[in-house]
Amino acid sequence: MNAQAASQDVIKEPSMLKQKAMIAANFDKLTSANETGQKIAATYVPGNLNELIMCFDMGNNLPEINAINNGMRKKSGAMITEAEKQGHSEDVCTYVKADIGNMSRGAIAPNGKPMPVPDLLLLSYTGCFTFMKWFELLRDQYGCETTMLHVPYEGDGKITQNMRDYVVKQLKEDVIPALEKVSGVKFDIDRLREYLRKSAAAEDNLVWVLESAKNKPSPIDAYFGGVYYIGPIFTAFRGTDDAVEYYKLLRTEIEARLAAGKGPITPEGELTEEKYRLVVEGPPNWTSFRDFWKMFYDEGAVVVASTYTKVGGVYDQGFRHDPDHPLESLADYCLGCYTNRNLPGRVDLIEKYMKEYQADGFLVNSIKSCNSFSAGQLLIMREIETRTGKPAAFIETDLVDPRYFSAANVKNRLESYFQMIDQKRKGGGSAAAA
Amino acid sequence: MKTFVGIDLGSTTTKAVMLDESGEVLGRGITNSRSNYETAAAVAKQEATVAARLYLFRRALGSDGSGRLDGLMGDLERNFRLEQFLEQLQDLQTTCAGFVTPERFKGAEDKAIAALEQVFERLRGETPAMFGRDAARKSDFFRDIAGSRFMQIGEEVAQKTGLPFDLLLNVYDKSIIEVENRPPDGDMAGTFQRALARVLAETPDQVVDTEGATKAMDDALAIELEETYVVGTGYGRVTLPFPKEHIRSEILCHGLGAHMMFPHTRTVLDIGGQDTKAIQVDPAGIVENFQMNDRCAAGCGRYLGYIADEMNMGLHELGPMAMKATKNVRINSTCTVFAGAELRDRLALGEKREDIVAGLHRAIILRAMSIISRSGGIASDGEFTFTGGVANNEAAVKELKKLVNENYGDVTINISPASIYTGALGASEFARRAAVN
Amino acid sequence: MSKTVTEIVDRCQALFEDLNFTSAREWKAAEPGRKVVGYMPVYVPREIIHAGGMLPLGILGGGEALEVIHGDAYYQSYICRIPRSTIELAITKRIDFVDGMLFPSICDVIRNLSGMWKLMFPKVYARYFDVPQNYRDDIGGNYYVEELRELKEGLEEVAGRTITDEDIRRSIAVYNENRRLVQEVYDFRTKQPWKAPSWEVYLLMRAGMVLPVEEHTQLMQDYLAAAEAEDRPMKDNCRIILQGSFCEQPPLNLVKSIELAGCYIVDDDYMLVTRWLLGDCPVDGDPLRNLASKFLHESMETAAKYEPDGTRKGQYLVDAVRDRAAEGVIFAAPSFCDPALLDRPMLANALSRADIPHISFKYAENSGQMQPIREQAGTFADTIKLWS
Repeated sequence: MNAQAASQDVIKEPSMLKQKAMIAANFDKLTSANETGQKIAATYVPGNLNELIMCFDMGNNLPEINAINNGMRKKSGAMITEAEKQGHSEDVCTYVKADIGNMSRGAIAPNGKPMPVPDLLLLSYTGCFTFMKWFELLRDQYGCETTMLHVPYEGDGKITQNMRDYVVKQLKEDVIPALEKVSGVKFDIDRLREYLRKSAAAEDNLVWVLESAKNKPSPIDAYFGGVYYIGPIFTAFRGTDDAVEYYKLLRTEIEARLAAGKGPITPEGELTEEKYRLVVEGPPNWTSFRDFWKMFYDEGAVVVASTYTKVGGVYDQGFRHDPDHPLESLADYCLGCYTNRNLPGRVDLIEKYMKEYQADGFLVNSIKSCNSFSAGQLLIMREIETRTGKPAAFIETDLVDPRYFSAANVKNRLESYFQMIDQKRKGGGSAAAA
Repeated sequence: MKTFVGIDLGSTTTKAVMLDESGEVLGRGITNSRSNYETAAAVAKQEATVAARLYLFRRALGSDGSGRLDGLMGDLERNFRLEQFLEQLQDLQTTCAGFVTPERFKGAEDKAIAALEQVFERLRGETPAMFGRDAARKSDFFRDIAGSRFMQIGEEVAQKTGLPFDLLLNVYDKSIIEVENRPPDGDMAGTFQRALARVLAETPDQVVDTEGATKAMDDALAIELEETYVVGTGYGRVTLPFPKEHIRSEILCHGLGAHMMFPHTRTVLDIGGQDTKAIQVDPAGIVENFQMNDRCAAGCGRYLGYIADEMNMGLHELGPMAMKATKNVRINSTCTVFAGAELRDRLALGEKREDIVAGLHRAIILRAMSIISRSGGIASDGEFTFTGGVANNEAAVKELKKLVNENYGDVTINISPASIYTGALGASEFARRAAVN
Repeated sequence: MSKTVTEIVDRCQALFEDLNFTSAREWKAAEPGRKVVGYMPVYVPREIIHAGGMLPLGILGGGEALEVIHGDAYYQSYICRIPRSTIELAITKRIDFVDGMLFPSICDVIRNLSGMWKLMFPKVYARYFDVPQNYRDDIGGNYYVEELRELKEGLEEVAGRTITDEDIRRSIAVYNENRRLVQEVYDFRTKQPWKAPSWEVYLLMRAGMVLPVEEHTQLMQDYLAAAEAEDRPMKDNCRIILQGSFCEQPPLNLVKSIELAGCYIVDDDYMLVTRWLLGDCPVDGDPLRNLASKFLHESMETAAKYEPDGTRKGQYLVDAVRDRAAEGVIFAAPSFCDPALLDRPMLANALSRADIPHISFKYAENSGQMQPIREQAGTFADTIKLWS
């Protein structure tokens, strides 16, 4: 085993504790809204307008995050069944069904208190068709004020001026007036600029952390660890002092790991030997997140770059929130999210990762729920194999539906894959597994 | 001599292959997987050792490959099985006797022991005939043969002695599990010698003289088969009774095994009960790419099993029936859940059974073609090797040949009668390389 | 001599079964320089393709007759069938004569297929055709006009000529005529469903996917005349609307089975492109602005469109039931169809609130079993008759 013995104390870095506290405080803020009078907006992760929402003193509730939470706490299965009983098809997205099932059960947040009915549904329709329908379903349930931001898809792989104008105009004429109306707060563009400045500062450090994986050995796991690193910037904290501080803290920790030549931290301690460097495409499975991760670190596999950590913004390719062009940069942010990029663009980005991060292989975790990611992944895999000559593998799981995580099946494929990389490296000699 | 063993633990059968230092196959063995992988592995390994001893004996006799020794070898193996069976019977009797306790038999213990003695005596008596030259056995697994005979004889004896049969049966049930899961006894040499003696006594006009045969057997048995390295593989690998460094992925083993059987293989298709896999290998048998059916088992061997059940037929009757088809019936669902419904729908529409069954075969091969395509297709500069249980089905093979030809042109398609050992063969070669390199 | 219903339907059936698109190939070969532009569901402005002198060709997957071998290699089992059979059509060179492909904004699968096309067939003009989900003229309208302009420029490249406003105006007029006839056929069926069986109407509309629009318009005129003249017995069927089949198409047998089970289909959402714009599009003025305005304010409702007013969600279906004098709704959606299946619970709620009975089932374009569908549709028909 590569990771240190499980008996050792689980490592908790200050950044982890900080993030934990931030999340807990946010859940408390959301669940006490009825008492405090805090207004709440519900919105999605990709293309979320957190800085803008903050300009109106509103809280930000993200249904995907609730679904992920329930998935990791093994509660999503029953919620999905509940939604299916209500007539939702077994074929469709389980984030949606976990959310709807959760609502039927009183929408209890991880702190044990019920989530309030949002004051505004702010649909950022970015990179995922299902968001639009999910939003209509939520509106059906809540019957609250709604507004919609339609973010066009980068069909030809670029952001056109027409797209940018369209998004900015919606922000000015639909979204901001709706936020003003619900909150009673007048929009102040300088306040937005200030938040965006903080976003950019946090983004700089996030990118540094993600790119630290270019080192050998990598001090981070950019997928299993990565989902924690993107937490604040993807959710209700972008533009806050907390996020700025979190990323400073995180960067300091990773700098120290790097200087000491250490590998990533896993739930069972530090990874001592990096044997395989992988680029991973697709979201993780949440219901068996730990088991899934273990299948990697037990074999010494480290994910050095992942596309999932770009769904809430592709910061490592140069984009930053820009206080000098506030609404335009919000538009570019939404337009540039990973799943809003066309397939050739996704292939190019992955190819770049494969080379820049010196990966040994490419792995697709294909998610049943998420056609935005999944449709076309087999072609992406072929293209990457052809372009890089590196072996690729394909596994299938789901986001929060425990029925779609077959541990034996996934493990079987992963082990075959790691041994295949090994065998290829050794040129046909005996590929020992350990 | 040094030997290298590969063991493939499947969900239904466990296979073992033993190689010598030069990579020559010494022996193959197969057994049912039971619920105990450890015993299954030990039994399969022992079976491979038996085959290896036979091989060595034949070599010691100076086989010229003409087949002149075939009769003798057949007799020897048959008699070896007979001896082995008798030993296991003895073990079973002793074990049964151990379960004859006062709690169970309430004072009738002596009666029970006597009854068991009677049952086993009769069993022993009819055993040689079971292993006669022309005798047909439904199964070669001890449990199957001993079990069915015990039922019949035991009941008769119980009736005569006035002992409740279910008591005896209870004792038998407990014992058979123990015997079956007991790692095989080590005295193989004695068994071989007794078997050879039987052969020589049975038919004195053998192609070899008694003295020469005995010496050859002694020579063959004198060779120490040192188990230098063992590699395990198979779907149940997670619980394989081997240390981690002795485990290889079934994909790698399958690819290498196919390469060893047919060295020009570049693409392997394996359709097993639970999964279908397409593997691309390089000219040295190294896996370059592989794809398996997704988490749904649509179109795997099990699908044919469901169809057979649905039609109240044996699995082995499906292929021959499909060969009689005269018309193309398109079956669209390879989903095991829907297979029955689609089948009934077609029958209701007046389609003939053989035509539907042929359509079902085509459907699973179409599914396999997709998986092949997903793994990169079939290279025109190499051969294509088809393995797994479905490779024994002539109707499936016929469809596969047709579709491969239509989509990839004139490709050499290999199917080995020993294809069930493909994974174990690859594993044994990995064992050899691990030790040699 | 006028054509009989059988003659017309036979021709449509032959076009429907021809997976090599011979008629479109012949159209292209008839004159040098002709171009064909394919499009997928749910809506593209065919007027602009037509204005460039090109043939718009509806690609709706491979249907039940196509054996998919290579297409399956590109898709997981949990993705619907239309993209895999469409790729199969392309890989097997059945649509190798198509010079451009348009992928409308309908779902993430078709959206991503646009990028796959760019990677797999780099010589073909492939465009994801986005439409606004914001229905204000000065926001969504402006965006859409610009999108149409970009589309026009792309199509000019394919056509090898400029497309003038006048060209587009003429084409709008041609399509106005076609839409009028489509509407007439639907209205005719609403009035006398026994005279226009749904599978015939279906094939007639499918013909509009592959024929030049002028020919299709004529064909519909011929059909209306022939169907009116034909004496067909009226059955004791109930009247239903079929909903959810706007993208991947059901096998023809499914359409037939529903009617055989005792349900007249008096409205459906097959091939919405034929009647997406409601009523005539103005011919005078800026043609792109006219197309945009029509799209924003007078176009069909379907799952791929956002409904800004929550209280009106599903209202169009309730209205259709009234307008078509239907007695119930059958939801028939393709397996794994995100838009149809996510929309269904909301539509079903709207129907329930209006006391309109409904049932639902799923299909794939190659579904083999019709027995369960016949049973469900038959039971549904009996229930409606029992209670009405």
